[in-house]
Amino acid sequence: MFDDLRELYQEVILDHSKRPRNFGRLEANNRRARGHNPLCGDILSLYLVIKDGVVEDVAFEGNGCAISMASASLMTEIVKGKGEAEARELFERFHRLLTSDDADPDLLDLDKLAVFAGVREFPVRVKCATLAWHTLTAALDGQTDDVSTED
Amino acid sequence: MAVEVREQVVEAAPAYDVARVRDDFAIFEQKIHGNPLVFLDSAASAQKPRQVIEALRHCYEEEYANIHRGVYYLSERATEAFEAARVKVQRFLNAGEAREIVFVRGGTEGINLVASSYGRAHLGPGDEIILSHMEHHSNIVPWQILRAEKGVVLRVAPIDDDGNFLLDEFEKLLNPRTRLVAITHASNALGTIVPVKEVVKRAHAYGVKVLVDGCQAVVHMPVDVQDIDCDFYVFSGHKLYGPTGIGVLYGKAQLLESMPPYQGGGEMIRSVTFAATEYNVIPHKFEAGTPHIAGAIGLGAAIDYVSELGLDRIGAHEQSLLAYATERIGEFNSVRMYGSAKHKASILSFTIEGVHPHDAGTILDRQGIAVRAGHHCAQPVMERFGIAATVRASFGLYNTVEDVDALAAGVATTLDIFG
Repeated sequence: MFDDLRELYQEVILDHSKRPRNFGRLEANNRRARGHNPLCGDILSLYLVIKDGVVEDVAFEGNGCAISMASASLMTEIVKGKGEAEARELFERFHRLLTSDDADPDLLDLDKLAVFAGVREFPVRVKCATLAWHTLTAALDGQTDDVSTED
Repeated sequence: MAVEVREQVVEAAPAYDVARVRDDFAIFEQKIHGNPLVFLDSAASAQKPRQVIEALRHCYEEEYANIHRGVYYLSERATEAFEAARVKVQRFLNAGEAREIVFVRGGTEGINLVASSYGRAHLGPGDEIILSHMEHHSNIVPWQILRAEKGVVLRVAPIDDDGNFLLDEFEKLLNPRTRLVAITHASNALGTIVPVKEVVKRAHAYGVKVLVDGCQAVVHMPVDVQDIDCDFYVFSGHKLYGPTGIGVLYGKAQLLESMPPYQGGGEMIRSVTFAATEYNVIPHKFEAGTPHIAGAIGLGAAIDYVSELGLDRIGAHEQSLLAYATERIGEFNSVRMYGSAKHKASILSFTIEGVHPHDAGTILDRQGIAVRAGHHCAQPVMERFGIAATVRASFGLYNTVEDVDALAAGVATTLDIFG
């Protein structure tokens, strides 16, 4: 019963939401941004250390639903060590996974992020899964204003 | 000594027949994700009975034209129906006169009208307005806008940890600079019912006017604005099983007369030249432009509907559901409930340990259960309890014991999925 729910809230997602990785403030950051979803009140701050165009370190803090917290946690794991351009490109593929019906998770080369494929069945939750990534884009762009899922 | 024995025949009121009531709501015929619809979000907006939908159809198909201007048959009929709806609202609130009833878009516009018109005309720098800690954003932001423009000061009347309104603490805030109290009759987030009659009595002792936000109250209990003696009272049609886009501002005639217009346009004028305009009498002075004619008529039908069922009986039915729900949901160790005021409307706000309300909302939805998950447009009161959001189940006249059982089962499923 509730297969789509169990697909959405699968073990990896629950684990990352309950024990988020790279959680906390990164004082030595040289890029940061705050993300906010005014519809549900989810909020997160993202801290980056960028060196020679590479994400050398990353951390986040905030609170929100399981999807937004797990997405932020997994994102920090996966972008660490990646180049800026590569990180942005990953978001594009991640977004395709969440929104297009014909996207094949296996072809998108998303590694662990493929666990979010279940979000596709819950369109109102796409914003929860992308909040961290929008915040990452803002931080990479050097934006200092808060970024909102409603902008 | 002979004792006169008078036999009293008490006719038992017919039991509240919720199954019959539900037959009036076509929306319950559908399945949501394969499950029967369990609608527990009437505090956000209520479903509509056929009688209201039929009134809208009748208006548009049989009696529609613009009002207050045409000399022809249809316009006369539409005007009569529109003004008859005003009289229904007057009786519903037991207002002294029909001209004290202003049709607006909803409770929000009613408050904005008072803030904009009464506030700008009568309030100035340093004047104080008292709100409660559990106001909806719509009874906070209009006063903040006025504060930015006029330099008024906002004071906040506290509540206790159970969500009870603290009348004596409120009274301490009253002082010679106080000009207005803007307060909810029933909290949308906690359900707390505020003793508004007593609030008005104490405010009037200081010569302070009182606006009551009745959006969450008129749906659960009979309201008598003359008994409360409030100066303004607002409510929305859509929460009262009526159409969206229509609401009511009640204001004492003398006050409404002392206030400048809110918006300019047709309908609200008596004569216009480029040199000067003479305004219409109340309530028309505040009803610029073509109003929501069908909406007002639909609201009238909604008032007929709830009046026929009886607000007392609706309230009693909802209270029994609230008591049952409080017991059932309270059985979960991991549930924490917010708002246990002595007098509360049928609203149950809670959080589940380890589960964000948004996730609970999604899981309940898949079981056909519609609840509100979020801050309920009342962020200050959420902050008061140190939380960002809750799950809110609100019970209306069509809800059943089975709905409560479904909610309890839904919470169990939520806990199961979250391991």
